[in-house]
Amino acid sequence: MNVIELRELRFRWPGQARAVLAIPQLTLQAGEHVFLRGPSGSGKTTLLNLLAGILKPQQGELHLLGQPAHRLRAAARDRLRADHMGVIFQQFNLLPYLSLLDNVLLPCHFSARRRQQAGNVQASARHLLAHLQLEPALLQRSVTELSVGQQQRVAVARALIGRPELVIADEPTSALDADSRDRFLELLFHEADAQHSTILFVSHDARIARHFPRVLELNEVNQA
Amino acid sequence: MILLKLTWYSLWNRRASLLLTVLSIAISVALLLGVEYIRKEARHSFMNTLSGTDLVVGARSGPIQLLLYSVFRIGNATNNISWDSYQHFARHRLVDWTVPLSLGDSHRGYRVLGTNNDYFRHYRHGDRQALALAAGKEFTGIYDAVLGAEVARKLGYQVGDAIVVAHGAGATSFTEHGNKPFTVAGILKPTGTPVDRTVHVPLEGIEAIHVDWKAGAPVPGFEVSAERAARMDLQPVAITAFLVGLKTRSAAFRLQREINDYPREALLATVPGIALAELWRAIGQFEVILRIITVFVLIAGLLGMLTTLLSTLNERRREMAILRAVGAHPRQVFLLFVLEALILAVLGTLLGAVLVMLGVQLAQPWVAAEYGLHLRSWLPQAGDGLLLLLVAGLAVIFSIIPGMIAYRRSLQDGLTVRI
Ligand SMILES: Nc1ncnc2c1ncn2[C@@H]1O[C@H](COP(=O)(O)OP(=O)(O)OP(=O)(O)O)[C@@H](O)[C@H]1O
Ligand SMILES: [Mg+2]
Repeated sequence: MNVIELRELRFRWPGQARAVLAIPQLTLQAGEHVFLRGPSGSGKTTLLNLLAGILKPQQGELHLLGQPAHRLRAAARDRLRADHMGVIFQQFNLLPYLSLLDNVLLPCHFSARRRQQAGNVQASARHLLAHLQLEPALLQRSVTELSVGQQQRVAVARALIGRPELVIADEPTSALDADSRDRFLELLFHEADAQHSTILFVSHDARIARHFPRVLELNEVNQA
Repeated sequence: MILLKLTWYSLWNRRASLLLTVLSIAISVALLLGVEYIRKEARHSFMNTLSGTDLVVGARSGPIQLLLYSVFRIGNATNNISWDSYQHFARHRLVDWTVPLSLGDSHRGYRVLGTNNDYFRHYRHGDRQALALAAGKEFTGIYDAVLGAEVARKLGYQVGDAIVVAHGAGATSFTEHGNKPFTVAGILKPTGTPVDRTVHVPLEGIEAIHVDWKAGAPVPGFEVSAERAARMDLQPVAITAFLVGLKTRSAAFRLQREINDYPREALLATVPGIALAELWRAIGQFEVILRIITVFVLIAGLLGMLTTLLSTLNERRREMAILRAVGAHPRQVFLLFVLEALILAVLGTLLGAVLVMLGVQLAQPWVAAEYGLHLRSWLPQAGDGLLLLLVAGLAVIFSIIPGMIAYRRSLQDGLTVRI
């Protein structure tokens, strides 16, 4: 099944003369790890906002897990995101006032489906954190005391809990050094594979491309 | 549920700066409740200046005027009532007891009241509290005086001191009854009523100091010594007013009508509770103004909260993006702000109530000792629940502004983390 399917999609920010995105066709299949590279300002974050259902395309079709997101209302798109997607930001992924574990469990509070799929949510979160090499001693710490690399791995655990079909990551490694970046990708892939989650990873950094079986250039995909 | 948890943790995370917001709401709520409490207490103590008396009787005038001079000792009676009329009603079959009151003289600005020992027996204030002596005893001789608490305290009198009564009510009366001084026999405990500001002397004493007077002035060359006067017949010809206690309270209106229709003298009987209520309505207008002021104080407190909420909008942008990413709808982001305002308002209101309760508890012994007023403890009442609703309602209305801003921003920002 296609996790993402775009057809003749166009998006223009309100008040701007030209479209940022005009994508004739783009398809991601279940379990794929896709790297989408594009220079700064090329519309990567905009595309992720469309895929996450926060923005709505002005033209074209956007199918997410077989559902026509371009026809869904905002609340339904929010539901789709809560139930089927994990999101990882460049940085500042965590709510400083929640414990590490509560941060990971956040999606389970907004989605009954993810809560169900996680089974015992606490155990599931601890399991993920352990696999992401976050030792149990860290659980007691305030998330603001974690290193950036540790924070990003907590964000992976949050994105993956409840086995969402799609993980979208917006330059999650740009604040990491080369070593921790490679380790981050390795752990992300391993855990995503373990639960058959598709990964769409965007960045301007071409050096990351070699880790991915499929690499796309936004400027080639996008005809705007 | 998760929203409540998020709001709570988020608030707790910013507790230092929010404490001031809660405190400012608490203070304005405390002010509102405190004013309401003082209003009720003032009314309560005013309405109970005189309790246990069924009728107040004086010469015919208005009921409020009668109340003012006989109970509050303000102003003067236009006419006296004859001793015969007083005796007639004192012996009436419906009447249990009477207390004669004779006013007209003063001592250094304080009214002198001629009466008898029945006054100490039957006068009641507050919740039927009797007068009590702090020192000394009641009248035993005709030149004895029993001072109200304030008179003794302000003028520094003790039992055994001699005081001279002046003719008339002015603070600087030149005609004094200097040849017949009174001796302080007793000092009353504070009552929080006009009794505290009264010098009580026996009716016979009032007569005695006036035996050598005529038409409000000493008769020249005709002076009667205190000892001789005491041996004369001192039954008064007239008194100013009298208090009546009935055998059965239900007879009050019957006797009132009878007194008002008394053919031999123009008298007026009034039920003190009714006259007091009428008087309170006349002077109680300040209540409304107080209330209006406190409502404005409350709004100011809540505006402070609005400022705090608005100032946190920027630093919470990232928080909103994260919540959106995990599936929150912008409506839920909006709700976060409403919940936050609601929690702050409720906490502030509760803290305000605690402040009032503690304040009253602390003030109670002091007010009792200083003014003889027995403040009732402050307890939340049904009306205060309404206040809580009002504060919460206003808080929710105010929170709509930051909530809408956050709503619109989270629609625009989406997953773009702006700092
Ligand atoms: N909220 C917005 N309103 C209007 N225009 C926007 C908005 N967000 C982004 N844009 C515009 O859309 C274009 C693409 O922005 P976008 O953030 O998607 O780029 P990007 O590829 O993610 O860049 P970067 O690598 O720097 O993150 C830019 O020209 C930007 O100015
Ligand atoms: Mg971007």
